[in-house]
Amino acid sequence: MSTYLIKDVELVNGEKVDIGIADGVIAEISSKPSKSYENILDGSGCVALPGLVDLHTHLREPGREDAETVLTGTRAAARGGYTAVFAMANTDPVADTAGVVEQVVRLGKEAGWCEVFAVGAVTKDLAGESMAELGAMAHSAAQVRVFSDDGKCVSDSQMMRRALEYVRQFDGVVAQHAQDPKLTVNAQMNEGTVSARLGLRGWPAVAEEGIIARDVLLASHVKSRLHICHVSTAGSVDIIRWAKSRGIDVTAEVTPHHLLLSDELVESYDPKFKVNPPLRSHEDIAALRMGLADGTIDIVATDHAPHPAEDKECEWAGAANGMIGLETALSVVQKTMVDTGLLNWSQVADRMSITPAKIGRAKGQGIALAVGAPANICIYDPSKSKVVVAEEQISKSKNTPFVGIDLPGQVRHVFFQGKPTMISTEMVAR
Amino acid sequence: MSPEVVTELPRHLLSIGDLNHDQALLILDTAEELAKISDAPIKKLPTLRGRTIVNLFYEDSTRTRISFEAAAKRLSADVINFSAKGSSVSKGESLKDTALTLQAMGADAVVLRHPESGAANRLAGWTNGVVINAGDGTHEHPTQALLDAFTIRRHLGSVGSDLNGKHIAIVGDVLHSRVARSNVLLLNLLGAKITLVAPPTLIPVGVESWPVDVSYAIDEVLPEVDAVMMLRVQSERMQNSFFPSTREYSRLFGLNLDRMNLLQKGALILHPGPMNRGLEISAECADGVQSVILEQVANGVSVRMAVLYLLLGGNIGVGS
Repeated sequence: MSTYLIKDVELVNGEKVDIGIADGVIAEISSKPSKSYENILDGSGCVALPGLVDLHTHLREPGREDAETVLTGTRAAARGGYTAVFAMANTDPVADTAGVVEQVVRLGKEAGWCEVFAVGAVTKDLAGESMAELGAMAHSAAQVRVFSDDGKCVSDSQMMRRALEYVRQFDGVVAQHAQDPKLTVNAQMNEGTVSARLGLRGWPAVAEEGIIARDVLLASHVKSRLHICHVSTAGSVDIIRWAKSRGIDVTAEVTPHHLLLSDELVESYDPKFKVNPPLRSHEDIAALRMGLADGTIDIVATDHAPHPAEDKECEWAGAANGMIGLETALSVVQKTMVDTGLLNWSQVADRMSITPAKIGRAKGQGIALAVGAPANICIYDPSKSKVVVAEEQISKSKNTPFVGIDLPGQVRHVFFQGKPTMISTEMVAR
Repeated sequence: MSPEVVTELPRHLLSIGDLNHDQALLILDTAEELAKISDAPIKKLPTLRGRTIVNLFYEDSTRTRISFEAAAKRLSADVINFSAKGSSVSKGESLKDTALTLQAMGADAVVLRHPESGAANRLAGWTNGVVINAGDGTHEHPTQALLDAFTIRRHLGSVGSDLNGKHIAIVGDVLHSRVARSNVLLLNLLGAKITLVAPPTLIPVGVESWPVDVSYAIDEVLPEVDAVMMLRVQSERMQNSFFPSTREYSRLFGLNLDRMNLLQKGALILHPGPMNRGLEISAECADGVQSVILEQVANGVSVRMAVLYLLLGGNIGVGS
């Protein structure tokens, strides 16, 4: 295995060092490296983060390989600075059996761009009616610890209670897509002044908040671990803050797009802004940023959701929900949280690597850079900036909502288990 | 000829929100000019000879389609009626492919009726031709609002003037009404005061950002207004519990003989059609002396002539 020395890079505490990589681990972190390395990389101007971990990625394989594959999705993840992703269960077939989750993990290993953890479905076929074989998935080679019907809400209260209880035996967590289905039949966008004007059916904040309120109370009652996917409203932040103050074991994620984009963008009727939960108001955005800053929201997760062009090149109501985000996540977090003074780089490492790995029980991931730790590293240059171009995304699908936006920062080098996946902004052939 | 008549319209007519005050007046004044054609023995102008207008209808709406067709033909345009069943939502050829097909066939304008909000905006992004929104989902129906304003102005105002100070009530299913959305924008643009009357379930969340008053008590509103516009109520709304029954809706919000007597003498009754007689409006009101519902239909042709004429680059000077 080749050895590498990343020179003149800043740690999250601001200390300027060289980082040596050998045998898959960090060999030394020092201003005067004592060993010799075969490859020297420039890290000047960059901050060194532990490899990012995405708790919420749609890789689409099996079933929708026209949108994304494990290979193309993990490659996009590597480009965004990630060394691990959690593949959501809403594939076709659904990841509700040991066979499917093992397939996804195996495809990830073969691709080699980053580590792939499989999320298992909570209910068979995501139908909400009967529990999937959670134990079989947990004890399979895929070692599933995160269970989610994401895309659909586990709306039945009794089913949610049982799932929360059941996964406790293998230290699992239920990641809830909080959406009251009855309040959101055919819902198209955030319900508010913009939906009133556009004549698009509203997706009210209360449909998310009501489920979160119920679920934190359920988690409290059965003393289980609960994770809330893609929190999108100010009211949700308040409820989670209250739950944490009561000692309830709940964690939450926010997406980059909900930190930056508002529902006014829907005025174009361009479905590249169509996502579930929908883009919300400026007040919601402000509350989400504050929640992420004060730790109420634990992590950033991308909800990377690739869709082929034809699923977006149509009228709004007919278009698919979702946006890609792996390649732009860190830049959006810099723009919304770091450049605004709400987070420092140490906190970014916490919210995009260390804590997501902890929630997902991702062994070997999300470990702060230290000698002897696995060499999962993202070297990021915050001084660069670039206008986003859809065609330049290497995800198989190009449905980024950030087109035309000047985003700061650029991932320069990425190491996954000691091997480079990106050197000097170029992907390294596997 | 005053300089305002060279006011240019936007490229497409997608929303009343795209128009300013002068542009809205220009359409109404042009429609007055063109209405004279309808009264002439030969109801035809050569203005759009050789131009092709496609009526692309994804929803059945015989009255709107015929109105646009008559308008186009009176301007000597070639008209192609394209009735597409379902939308890309229910499979079939996508709206984009249809747009590209029509463009390849040389359509100068597409008049689009579609069940989904924003469809006209999307179409405008895919074609070089002019796009006229003839109703998109629950978003807007700009030419309906223009013909409503035209009709009101004929009775309560005059050519060249707006509706400053007039008070109009819009009664019914505002939540799902593209007619209401376009009318709120246009009547406000023309200086009218607007009161929406409906059960709270049929008023959109976010209405506080609209330039309107909201009332749940039709009997208090009717004596105050210069015109009342009744909206069609779809009986399927009942199944979704927007209101308990059509009878209760009719009792609380329907326009009937007793309520008609609350109106000022000379106040107008409008309805965009098709009417549910006995539900939102009784026969006495629909057919009474204060009703201008049939005039709305006739005026629709003149207003749509004006829109086609102005968007497709006709150049008779208004008032010349």
